[in-house]
Amino acid sequence: MTEPLLVVEHLTKTFGHGRAQATAVADVSFALAPGGSLGIVGESGSGKTTTARMIIGLERPSGGRITFRGEDRTAPARSARSRRQRGRDIQIVFQDPYTSLDRRQRVGDCLAEVVGVHARPGREETRTRVRELAELVGLDDRQLAALPRSLSGGQRQRVAIARALAADPDILILDEAVSALDVSIQAQILNLLSDIRRKRGVSYLFISHDLAVIRQVTDDTIVMRHGAVVEQGPTADVLDHPQDPYTRLLRDSVPRGGWDPETLTAAHSPGAE
Amino acid sequence: MSTTATAVRRTGARKAGRRATRGTSGIGTTGWVAIVLLGLVVCGALLAPLLSPQGPNAVDLSGAYQGSSGAHLLGTDASGRDLLSRLFHGSRTALIGPFLVVAVSTLLGTVLALAAVWFGGWFDQLVVRVVDAVFAFPGLLLAILATALFGSGLPAAVVALSVAYVPYIARIVRSAALRERNLPYIAALQVQGVHGLRIALGHILPNVGGLIVANATLAFGFALMDLAGLSFIGLGVQPPTSDWGAMVGTGMAGVLQQHPQEALFASALIVITVGAVNMLGDRLTERWEARS
Amino acid sequence: MNALLQVEDLTVKLPVAGELRTVLRDVSFSLDRGSTLGLVGESGSGKSMTVRTVARLLPDGADVRGGVRFDGADVFDLRADALRSYRAKDVAMIFQDARAYTNPVRTIGDFLTEAMRVNDRMPKAAARKRAQELLAEVGIGDPERRLRQYPHELSGGLLQRVMIAAAVAARPRLILADEPTTALDVTTQAEVMAILRRMQREYGMAMLFITHDLELAGAVCDETIVLYAGQVMERQASVRLHEDPLHPYTAALVRARPEIDRRVDRLPAISGHPTTAYEAPDGCAFAPRCSFAQDDCLAGVPPLLRIGPGQTRCVQMPDLRGQLMPQSQPQPQPQPQSQPQSQPQSQPYVGSATNEEAQR
Repeated sequence: MTEPLLVVEHLTKTFGHGRAQATAVADVSFALAPGGSLGIVGESGSGKTTTARMIIGLERPSGGRITFRGEDRTAPARSARSRRQRGRDIQIVFQDPYTSLDRRQRVGDCLAEVVGVHARPGREETRTRVRELAELVGLDDRQLAALPRSLSGGQRQRVAIARALAADPDILILDEAVSALDVSIQAQILNLLSDIRRKRGVSYLFISHDLAVIRQVTDDTIVMRHGAVVEQGPTADVLDHPQDPYTRLLRDSVPRGGWDPETLTAAHSPGAE
Repeated sequence: MSTTATAVRRTGARKAGRRATRGTSGIGTTGWVAIVLLGLVVCGALLAPLLSPQGPNAVDLSGAYQGSSGAHLLGTDASGRDLLSRLFHGSRTALIGPFLVVAVSTLLGTVLALAAVWFGGWFDQLVVRVVDAVFAFPGLLLAILATALFGSGLPAAVVALSVAYVPYIARIVRSAALRERNLPYIAALQVQGVHGLRIALGHILPNVGGLIVANATLAFGFALMDLAGLSFIGLGVQPPTSDWGAMVGTGMAGVLQQHPQEALFASALIVITVGAVNMLGDRLTERWEARS
Repeated sequence: MNALLQVEDLTVKLPVAGELRTVLRDVSFSLDRGSTLGLVGESGSGKSMTVRTVARLLPDGADVRGGVRFDGADVFDLRADALRSYRAKDVAMIFQDARAYTNPVRTIGDFLTEAMRVNDRMPKAAARKRAQELLAEVGIGDPERRLRQYPHELSGGLLQRVMIAAAVAARPRLILADEPTTALDVTTQAEVMAILRRMQREYGMAMLFITHDLELAGAVCDETIVLYAGQVMERQASVRLHEDPLHPYTAALVRARPEIDRRVDRLPAISGHPTTAYEAPDGCAFAPRCSFAQDDCLAGVPPLLRIGPGQTRCVQMPDLRGQLMPQSQPQPQPQPQSQPQSQPQSQPYVGSATNEEAQR
């Protein structure tokens, strides 16, 4: 068995002090294999996004350990230099395609900037790299010359994916990256993500509340609730034969033919706190 | 099926026509009027030596308080100096002071605000506290204190007002920059390892730039008023240099002797200039808000 | 005529940057008393604008052609008093972002009792008692305490229940629900939908339910309209949408969505991106993205045809019906089915004859 790329052990995050203290993530452990795709499923407040932010170094864990290729990554990088080095290992794509791009920066400049951060290529080489990235995610020259506001949500998300891939990372964290997109566009991006995984061998940490999306793009899944892992295993097993009652509730709550919210809520104790 | 099926309805059509005249990105008619007025004032200041019929300090004691004539288009003051020439030259001192105040305070305020937002934590708290403390001091009072300490004159007043205006700019820029800093695209740049200075200057600053310009414009109007006030009470620009505020001050003696021209013309120019600056500042602020 | 709400040939243009832009084109539908009609579409489809037009909540300068009739009366002919009463008593709206529709410095009690005290001149104590009953009806425990709380103290799901309580307070005959569960977690969505459905049944209210989620519409609406670029593309019974879509767009939407119980190699995505009515080409608005498009699809705006149990705006539909969905497990291309014995005929929408289901 190959050594896992990323190992997370007993990860914990609390916010605030004393009586106002709240636990966002409690004792979360998992491993991500090279080329693998791990889903984190949960509802709002489950701690899935906080977990991602700790792994990418935007949040400092209160406890536990994060290791990448055996190297300790628990504390966020201190200098821009070490952030740059870590940036070549793990990257992230955020949910909202509207606020995840600088509205005053042309798409091509946005990609060229991050290309320039990781290598110091000449002008011609930068242009070639930007072209390659654009081609990888399906953007044309006209879109490279455009400002974000003239692009659709799906096109913006392609830009965000290209930017994340500029440093050729080993792991891409996708934090609800397709949730804000129209259905027809969501399918395009999901296909794009599976193409990229096949071509580049990049591993995914795919955070979503959408079980169908998780089914489509992940091999393994962990289900989180109130900061803790309630169930984990191969995605097909977790979704087809959920062991935990919460996973079952999540699954049953997804609307489909013959879905009756009234019998469903009657079966699971009513949730009006 | 019914006659209404083909009827055309317009909701509030009257209003819509009016709204269409001002696009979402322009500064509107009032903005352009303000720009034209300010342009005239600035041209007057730049071309003062060419436009002035006489030297601003050419004294002719026998010709005091003359009315409008061919030789003196706007008449003369108590010392027989040509008012039109003094107004042209006075616009230079009246504009250069506020310009310096705005340049220094905007630069300091912006740097402070960006640093506070970028470093956060205790540094941010410190900046907020200090800025609030200085903000509590009226700018004019600070300037009067400074002239008392360092002597009357434009330099002391400009330095004092520059310090006093920093909090005004810093507070506005900080809140806008803070909102910007919390957007995901900044986090995306951070995890790429882009240097903080580059993020602050290359991304946050351009996105709050419009707001800074708008507020610097408004601050220019306030500074012009404050400096004119200081010169009026004799603490700012010193005689014989001409200045609008000082002219209102010296003109007060003429007002009592039924010769109000000097004070009248000088204050009219102050009002027009400040009015135009504020109008432009408001339009720029609106435009910035509409765009972000 | 028995329909509670009748929308006839509705075309709406809104002023954008000094010009009028089309957002709805020839939208017609009717909604019977007590029934639920879903309006499904992607961004720019005009689904929100449709309910705004029904509530007569359009921005200044909007150009509206066609009619909206509520209980026989033309909504756009209502004078100030009648309009106020229409909005206060006959229709109620529920929005996606409940928090934006509450005042953060007023309590839930203030929010719920305001309309009763202003519109019905109810004394304070009576209004509070009524508000407590309403909260109990939507399944909120300890209503007395909740009335004293502020919006920020309530979760999104609870706040949406409060909105439902406020909406049903006046016993409206029509509820306009604009993506009421989109911002909620999936488990909360089920709870809120359960309450909405129960309220609707108990008080015999009709509902116009807007969503981007075809599955949700299919599960909770009697009939569903699929909108694209400001036009009705298809209308039929919700239960049939998935197995027998009447428009290639509906079929493409259904197939593009990943499924919870299986993984496919590639999702059959729809190329391009959704357009608005303003940008739509001549002819069929979906044609540029449609894998079944023929030359004649772009020749003139296709009429709304009646076909079997529903309506479609696809001119190819009589031939395509039954071929849009792979019948078994996912196949890369649509399988040529052994086509039904009788070719379904199509008539213009206004035509009288209906063809019974040609196919199960």
